[in-house]
Amino acid sequence: MQILVVDDETDVKDLFQQRFRREIRSGELSFSFAFSGEEALTFLRAHHSEVLIILSDINMPGMSGLELLGHVKEEFEMPPTTMMMITAYGDDESYKKAMSLGANDFLTKPVDFAVLKDKLLHLLP
Amino acid sequence: MAHSIIDLLFVAPAAVLLTRLLSKALELPQRLPRWNQALNYIWVPAVLLYFLTALFKLSIPLLGDYYWLLVLLVWLAVLLKVRYYRPARMVLFGLVPFVLYKVLELVLEDPRGKMPKIYDDFMDTSQGFVIIWVVAFLLIARGQKKQLEKERLVREEEERAKRLIEAQNAELERLVAERTVALTHQAEELRGALAELRAAQAQLVQSEKMASLGELTAGIAHEIQNPLNFVNNFADVSVEMLSELREEQNRAQRDPELEAELLDDIAQNLQKIHHHGQRAASIVKGMLEHSRASTGDRQPTDLNRLADEYLRLAYQGLRAKDKSFNATLNTDFAPNLPLIAAVGPDLGRVLLNLFSNAFYAVRQRQLRGEAGYAPTVAVHTHQAGDQVEVRIRDNGMGIPETVRQKIFQPFFTTKPSGEGTGLGLSLSYDIVTQGHAGTLTVDSQEGKYTEFLIRLPINQAG
Repeated sequence: MQILVVDDETDVKDLFQQRFRREIRSGELSFSFAFSGEEALTFLRAHHSEVLIILSDINMPGMSGLELLGHVKEEFEMPPTTMMMITAYGDDESYKKAMSLGANDFLTKPVDFAVLKDKLLHLLP
Repeated sequence: MAHSIIDLLFVAPAAVLLTRLLSKALELPQRLPRWNQALNYIWVPAVLLYFLTALFKLSIPLLGDYYWLLVLLVWLAVLLKVRYYRPARMVLFGLVPFVLYKVLELVLEDPRGKMPKIYDDFMDTSQGFVIIWVVAFLLIARGQKKQLEKERLVREEEERAKRLIEAQNAELERLVAERTVALTHQAEELRGALAELRAAQAQLVQSEKMASLGELTAGIAHEIQNPLNFVNNFADVSVEMLSELREEQNRAQRDPELEAELLDDIAQNLQKIHHHGQRAASIVKGMLEHSRASTGDRQPTDLNRLADEYLRLAYQGLRAKDKSFNATLNTDFAPNLPLIAAVGPDLGRVLLNLFSNAFYAVRQRQLRGEAGYAPTVAVHTHQAGDQVEVRIRDNGMGIPETVRQKIFQPFFTTKPSGEGTGLGLSLSYDIVTQGHAGTLTVDSQEGKYTEFLIRLPINQAG
C-alpha cells in the first residue's frame, strides 16, 4: 500500500522510515514523502493511481494541508484516496474544516505511532 | 418781689426749652453726654432761687435776670467746650455780644431794674444790634449745620458704600477661600486619580505584554509541538531499535549488517533528539524573554537575527489563529550590519508588534478577495551613516491620513473591540524613542502599502 506523507519538517521522513521499518521491510507499506503541498500535488499528478493514503500536515508554508486536501478531492476522484490530516492544533475548527473538506481521519501532534499503525493496518485490503 | 418771682417763672421754662433746643441743635447727647445730663437740671437753680427768696422773704427784683445770665454763662461754657463744632462756634460768636450786653445791662441798671436815662438810648440801640447779631449768627449756624448734615449724609452714604464694598469683599474673599478649598480638594482628587491612572497604565502595559505573549503563545504552541513530536517519537523508536538490536545479538545467526544499520540509526536519532530538544528550548527561552519585565540591560544585538526571528514568530502566531492565512515573506538583510547595544526583548516586542500589524493588514486586504492579490510582508535592514534602519513594509490596506496621526497614541486602535488594546504602537514608539534614542516613523498609501521605519543610532548614548 502506497502512502504519501506531506510535511514541511524533513525529519518526518526519517521518523516514518524508522517507525514503519518492519512494515517497509516486509513490503506491507511503502512510503513517499513530499515537503510541501505543491510538491505533493506534483507527485500525485505523476503517480496518481498508486497512492492510496495521504498523510498531511496542515500548517505548512505556501499551500496548507487543507488546501491540498481540497485540491486532491477535486482532482483525483479515482481511485478513492484516503486523506489523514496531522496537525499540531487539535482544535475543533480545524477538525471540522478538515472533515467538511472530505478528510477521512484527523490526528494531532505529537503523533502516536501505535495508533497510526493500527489505523493504517485496518485500511489494508 | 412778686415781679421778680413771676420773672423767674417765665425765664426758667424758657431757659429749659432753649437749652433743650441748643442741646438738640448741637447734638450734645453725643458730644458732651455728661454736660448734657447736667443741662437737663438747668431749672434747678431757678427753683432753688425761688425757694431761697421765699424762705428768707428776700426781695431781689432782678432775680430773673441773674438766673438768665447764669443760664447764658452755662451756655457759653458749653459752647466753648464744643467750639470745634463749627455751628457751635457760630452760636458762640453770636452769643458773646448778647452776654456782654446782658452783663452791661445788669451793671448799669439800678437795683430795681430801671435803666438810667443817659444809657437808655445807647442800650436800646445796642439791644437791637445785639439781637440782630445773634439772629444772624444763629442763621449762619443753622446753614452750617445743614451743610454739615449734608456732608455727613454724603459721608455716611460713602461709609455705607464702603461698608457694602467691604462686605462684598469679605463675601468675595469667603467665596475665593471656599473655591480654593474646593480646588485644592479637586486637585488632590485629581492627583489621586492620576496615581491610579499611572498604576492602571503600568498594569495595561503589562497586560499588553501578556496579550502579545498570548499571540505568541499560539505560534509557539505550534512551533513547540513539532520538535516535541520528533523528540518523543525518535526516543521511542530508538528504544524499540535497541531491543531489536539486543534480540539480534542474542540470535545464533547474527546479521552484522542489520546491527550496524540499527546502531547508525540510533546514533542519528539521538542527534535528532538533541537537535529538536535544543529547538524547543530556544523557543521557550524566546517566550520567557518576551514576557519578562524589561530589565533595561543593553546587549550587543544583531537586528537581522532579531527581525528574522520575530517575523517568523509573528507569522506563525497569526497562522495559529487563522489556518487559511498565507503570505509571502521577503527579507533583505544588510550583510555586516553592526551590532547595536539594545534591550533585545524590548526591540523584539516592537518588531513583533509591527510584523503582527503588517500581517493583520495584508490579511484584511486578502479577505476582500481582490483577484491576484499576493499578501506580502517585507523586512529590510540597512546602515545609513551612524544609524541602522529597519523597514517593515506590507502591501495591505494602508493607513488613511486621518488615522495615521493617531496611531502612536495610547489606546488608539482600529481593530474591533477586544482584538487590540491600542497600546502596541504607543509602547513601540516609547521603546524606540525613549528607550533607544531612535525614531519610529510611518509612511503609507491607502489601499497600497504601509511602511514603518525604525532608525536607531549605532552608538547608543548612555
